[in-house]
Amino acid sequence: MSTAASPADGGLHGADVSRQTVQPSWVRVTHWINVLAVLVLVTSGWRIYNASPIFGFTFPKQITLGGWLGGALLWHFAAMWVLFVNGLIYLCANIVSGRLRHRFWPLTARQIASDLVAALRGHLSHDDLRQYNAVQKFAYLGAIGLLVLVVLSGLAVWKSVQLPLLRELMGGYDNARIVHFFAMAGLVFFTLVHVIMVALVPKTLLLMIRGR
Amino acid sequence: MRRASRKSNIGASALSPRDQHELLKDARALLAPPARRLFLRHGMTLGGLVMLSGCGVSNSADAEHLLMKVSRFNDKVQAWLFDPNKLAPTYPESMITRPFPFNAYYSEAEAPVVEGNGFFLQVSGRVERRDIWSLEQLAALPQEEQITRHICVEGWSAIGRWGGVPFATFLERIGADRSARYVGFRCADDYFTSIDMPTALHRQTLLTLRYDGQTLPRKYGFPMKLRMPTKLGYKNPKHIVEIFVTNDYPGGYWEDQGYNWFGGS
Repeated sequence: MSTAASPADGGLHGADVSRQTVQPSWVRVTHWINVLAVLVLVTSGWRIYNASPIFGFTFPKQITLGGWLGGALLWHFAAMWVLFVNGLIYLCANIVSGRLRHRFWPLTARQIASDLVAALRGHLSHDDLRQYNAVQKFAYLGAIGLLVLVVLSGLAVWKSVQLPLLRELMGGYDNARIVHFFAMAGLVFFTLVHVIMVALVPKTLLLMIRGR
Repeated sequence: MRRASRKSNIGASALSPRDQHELLKDARALLAPPARRLFLRHGMTLGGLVMLSGCGVSNSADAEHLLMKVSRFNDKVQAWLFDPNKLAPTYPESMITRPFPFNAYYSEAEAPVVEGNGFFLQVSGRVERRDIWSLEQLAALPQEEQITRHICVEGWSAIGRWGGVPFATFLERIGADRSARYVGFRCADDYFTSIDMPTALHRQTLLTLRYDGQTLPRKYGFPMKLRMPTKLGYKNPKHIVEIFVTNDYPGGYWEDQGYNWFGGS
C-alpha cells in the first residue's frame, strides 16, 4: 500500500506516472464498496419512496430493489451499515494519511470557476491524474458532503424520537424525509456526471481499479 | 378463511375465548411458515439477484436469510438506542391531522365489528392475575391523553389525539412479569404483534380507549389500541382482544413477512 502522491513530486510526468500508484488500495476498495452500497440504497430507497410518494411521481418498479416495501426496507437497512462503516473507514483513512489535505487543498471559489469554464470549453487537461483539478475537488468533496447529509437525514427519519437533536436539525420528521430525498437526488446527479466524465477520460477508470 | 375470521364478531361468538384462542393459534401455525418464507420470493427483483450472485449469495433464500439476520441485528441496535426516559414530541390541538387517516391492510369498510357490550379483554401468559377486563373496568383505571405523531413505515406521518390507560399502570394491575421479554397482542382481525418490555413500560405507551375525546371509533381500533409514539404504526395494534406476557418470541402479522420487529422511531 502506498500513500497518495504529494504535490512535491508533481514534476514527474508521462511514463513515470503509469508506474506510480496514484490511488492507494484503500481508496479503491472503499470506492467500489461504496458504489455497491449506494446502488442498493438508492434502488431500495426508491421502492420505499413509492410506498408514500412525497412528490407527484413514483419510480418505475423495474428499476427498484426489494419488490415490495418490506423487502426494500430489509435491503435498505442492511446496506446502510455497509455505507456507514465503509464511509467511516474512508474518511478516517483520508484524514489520518493526510490524503484529504494533499488531494483537496487548497481549493478556492475562483479556482473552481476558472476550471469550470476551462472544462466546459474542453481546455482542461487530464494529463496528470495525480492531481485533481478544482472542479474535481469540489465535486468529490460535494459527494462526501452529500453522503454525510444522506446518512444524517436518514438517521433522523429512522430514529426521529431517539435522536431529537438530529430531528430538529433537519426541520422535523417530515422535513427530514425531504432532505433525505434531495441528498439522494444530489448523489444520483453527481454519479451521472461522474460516470460521463469517466467515459470521456477512460484511463481514470483504470486508475480506480489498478491504482495506476 | 382470513376474511371470515376478520369479519367475525368476537364479542358475540359462540366459541369460548379459550377455544377461539386455540383455533387461532392452530390457524396461525398453519399459515405462518409459508408466509414467512414467501416474502422475498415474490419480492426479489432481477437486479437484486444479479447483484448478489457477485457476492457469492446464489439464491433468494440465502439472501433472505442474510437480510433477516441483519434485521435481527437492527432489533438489538434499536433496543440499545431506546431510551426509556426520552419522550416523543407532543403537539398542540391545532396541529392534529384532520381527518386522521385510516390505515390497515384492508379497507375501512372491512374493519372488524366488535360489540362493546359483553366484550372482555383476555389476559394471559406471565401475569399474576388472568382476570378478564370489561371496557367499563378499563375506563375506571387512571386515564391519560396525548397528542403525538403517528409515523407509518411507508413514510407518511399524522398527528392524533389518543386517550386511555398508561400501559405500565395496566401491566402493574395484572401483575405482569416485568422481566419478561415480550408483550404480545391478538386482535379482532387477523392482526397480531408483539413489543419489547422497555417500550411496554414507556411513559407514553397508552392502552387507548378514546380518540380525540370520543370513544375510540371502529376505524381507529375499537375496542382498544395500543399507542406507542416511540414505534412505527404497524407496531401499534388496533382491535386488541388479548394481551399476553411471554419470553417466547411471538412475532407479528407484518413482522413475519419481513418488517423489522423492533420497529422503533
